[in-house]
Amino acid sequence: MMNTFAMKNLKLYSLLLAGAALISCEPELDNDILEDDVYTAGEADFSNYVAVGNSLTAGFADSALYIQGQENSYPNIMAQQFQLAGGGEFVQPLVDDNVGGLLAAGVQIQQPRFVLAVDANGNPTAPTIFNGTPTTDITNVLSGPFNNMGVPGAKSFHLGAPGYGNIAGVALGQANPYFVRFASEPNATIIGDAVAQDPSFFSLWIGNNDILSYATSGGSGVDQTGNLDPTTYGSNDITDPNVFASVYSGYVSALTANGAGGALVNIPDVTSIPFFTTVPVASIPLDAQTAAFLQQQVTPYNQGLQFAASQGFITPAEAALRTITFQPNAANAPIIEDPDLTDGTGLGLPSIRQANDDDLITFTAASVLGTLANPGDANSIIGVGVPLGAQFVLSRVEQDRITAAQTAYNATIQGLAAQNGLAYVDARAALAQVANSGVSISGGQLTSTYASGGAFSLDGVHPTPRGYAYTANVILDAINDTYGSNIPGVDVGSYSTVNVSNGVGN
Amino acid sequence: MKRLLTLSVFMLATTLAYAGGYRVSTQGQRALAMGHTGVAVVNSAEILFFNPAGIAFLENDLNVSGGVTAVFSNVKFQNDDFGRQFETDSPTGTPFYLYGTYAVNENLSVGLGVYTPYGSNVTWPTNWDGSHLVNEIELAAIFVQPTVSYKISDVFSVGGGPIWVTGSVDFNRNVNRTLTNENGDRTNVTVEADGVSNWGWTAGAMVKPTENLTIGFNYRSEILLEADDATATFADSPNAQPATPPNATVGASATLPLPAELTVGLAYSCDKWTFAFDYNRAFWDVYEDLTIQFDPATGLPDSVNPRNYKNASTYRFGVQYMLNDKITLRGGYYFDESPVQEGFFAPETPRNDSNGYTGGLSFQISDRFALDASFLYLRFEEVDASYDFYFENGQQVPFEGTYKSAAFLPGLGVTYKM
Repeated sequence: MMNTFAMKNLKLYSLLLAGAALISCEPELDNDILEDDVYTAGEADFSNYVAVGNSLTAGFADSALYIQGQENSYPNIMAQQFQLAGGGEFVQPLVDDNVGGLLAAGVQIQQPRFVLAVDANGNPTAPTIFNGTPTTDITNVLSGPFNNMGVPGAKSFHLGAPGYGNIAGVALGQANPYFVRFASEPNATIIGDAVAQDPSFFSLWIGNNDILSYATSGGSGVDQTGNLDPTTYGSNDITDPNVFASVYSGYVSALTANGAGGALVNIPDVTSIPFFTTVPVASIPLDAQTAAFLQQQVTPYNQGLQFAASQGFITPAEAALRTITFQPNAANAPIIEDPDLTDGTGLGLPSIRQANDDDLITFTAASVLGTLANPGDANSIIGVGVPLGAQFVLSRVEQDRITAAQTAYNATIQGLAAQNGLAYVDARAALAQVANSGVSISGGQLTSTYASGGAFSLDGVHPTPRGYAYTANVILDAINDTYGSNIPGVDVGSYSTVNVSNGVGN
Repeated sequence: MKRLLTLSVFMLATTLAYAGGYRVSTQGQRALAMGHTGVAVVNSAEILFFNPAGIAFLENDLNVSGGVTAVFSNVKFQNDDFGRQFETDSPTGTPFYLYGTYAVNENLSVGLGVYTPYGSNVTWPTNWDGSHLVNEIELAAIFVQPTVSYKISDVFSVGGGPIWVTGSVDFNRNVNRTLTNENGDRTNVTVEADGVSNWGWTAGAMVKPTENLTIGFNYRSEILLEADDATATFADSPNAQPATPPNATVGASATLPLPAELTVGLAYSCDKWTFAFDYNRAFWDVYEDLTIQFDPATGLPDSVNPRNYKNASTYRFGVQYMLNDKITLRGGYYFDESPVQEGFFAPETPRNDSNGYTGGLSFQISDRFALDASFLYLRFEEVDASYDFYFENGQQVPFEGTYKSAAFLPGLGVTYKM
């Protein structure tokens, strides 16, 4: 039926139809952020960004390294934004699962992450170790290079320590299992592997652990100020500020040798993290009868303090500090061990006192306070009948040591940033704002309240993805200010925070 | 915390999406080529849809029209504040129609039509920034319309008939902006309903005051698709019940309104030319909110999602020119006003006002058969818009950005008359 004229027309029509379909279906934006120059790098070059640091840089959270945390690490968030202005691929040494924890040749050496379990009514109970099985084995060494050179647990002087990624040193405590996973060779250094990538831009956030492990151990380590040999330090010691300054300036020199731009991030206050702000000092409720009974129990100790003071063995101020007073029908501060007190064992006076508002009680004390030191002895309640161990309390004296070192570190960081024209990131101020007043985000407020505040993960030290997103924005702001770039921040409220879970299975 | 979680999880913001009109106006290739005018254009069996009164005026005793349109539609979303951009990758929609009319006697005609005037097919990248509002939606509704028309005189006819609708919806979104399971997979919910049916009706009148002028009037009733046996399937929820939804399928119900529509228009024919104008008014204000109720046994609170649509008008213009015995050319334009009000712009059907440009032709293959082809290019202005009724912790969390849509709808059909 159909004649050639019709055929021709139909063909023509089909062609027109197909052509029109191809050209018309792509919506075009006036200012397309992927095609137009909406965002610029300013004087910076984000084509090869390398992040150097510790657990915070790695995306550590909930006391473990797991994929979700790594994907929400602040460097990874920043790198995604950098890609709007010439940023390149950002490769991370991802672990193998979302369980967390590490194996060494099949033997578990790090625990899985924490999750927040809920009870039968859906109310959160306590953070518990996730009941999954770790699969990340450190004998499976990844081949890099990796843009994210964050190594959980690293202190300032570890970045330049050869052998820090040697598996042979892990069992001896001389090497770091997280670096073992992706060190370029057993004798490589973190800073060496970073510099070898010839980064066009870098971030350096190191030094937190130089005070933090001292803090989280309740000041169990030694303040090594004055000791210039870090190889003699214990793991919970405070790093000497001159050691810090020396290694830190070396890292900055190495990272800027090729003319790279970068951002140096300072050290936040330990009082900004829920690990030290969650357990209140006054945590032991006592009725009148119990308070009176306990007061009677401590009377000999209090009298001994007065005697010691009268003999000039301790000052009246120390006697007052150590005097124990139980308030009836109120929450009372626990009795604690304090090794910084004058040793009065010769007088039969143990180094104990009642905690006061100057003390910070660690998060880990929550599971100890009020329990029985000796299950058979009803009078061995920890914090009352038995003093709370010094490792659960960060005293004013210990806090002052931390602050002194931190202040010196931060002065070094700020000075080197200024000297090298690098962005200086005041993470200390940014986190203090979260802790003090909170920060407004889409859908609420970001605070440092444990679990519900949104900023901190269940270990009370490391941020949630939301906290890392906030951190990324703070760093991006400083970079934009320094380099004249206009990299946009991210929507902090859209990042995940603590999710409840009773683990896998039942 | 439980209460907070519950709130954020179940403010099922959005959903069964049908916005800016999930109305898809492709109910005849000849009409569509003329700007989808037709309430007064007596041309083929397509008139059964546009004005049931018109079938009594068809010249032939038996008329059949059928066709299908391919909907290529894409939307870009961009947020400059955070440097985010996403584009839909929606499957091609294929609305169709099939109409048949038969003249029982000189005055009485009957007909049957099957067509798909509502639909939505939007697929955003999974877990995109608006995934708490929609990941993807597929809405389809098939209308079956038996029709009778009576020519009261040579200048006046009436017609109408019942409409039976069967619809389905398949909709997925994440339960909120942040909840994941233990493996980091976003917790999401899929609402599905199939075979949801209900009745409506249509009625029209047609006047031919002169030989050249035709005036038409058509009213189509509102139809509420009440999905009482829908299901809601929660997936990738963490193992933390009752604080989080169970990884399970639960019963759900929702009502989806298909609004009433009024059309008046005229057509003027002169020599080889026909000019047509239609005015549509769609009574979208019936779409106040989309509420999903879950099986009470689950204890899940209702999900109430305000839509607050307003009534909207469409102005249509079409022209037809008979080139020769074989070929008829058509063109048209319409302006389609969006029923979405400021602050209610949800990404499930991101439609703002649009301008439709149409064209097409018919080719008469034989005395009885003709091929009809049409295209519609829908042009949308770039628009900065937001949906302000998603809440977290009792606070509004607007989803805002710049949208740009484009749609191209080519279609083919056949007309048979005897």
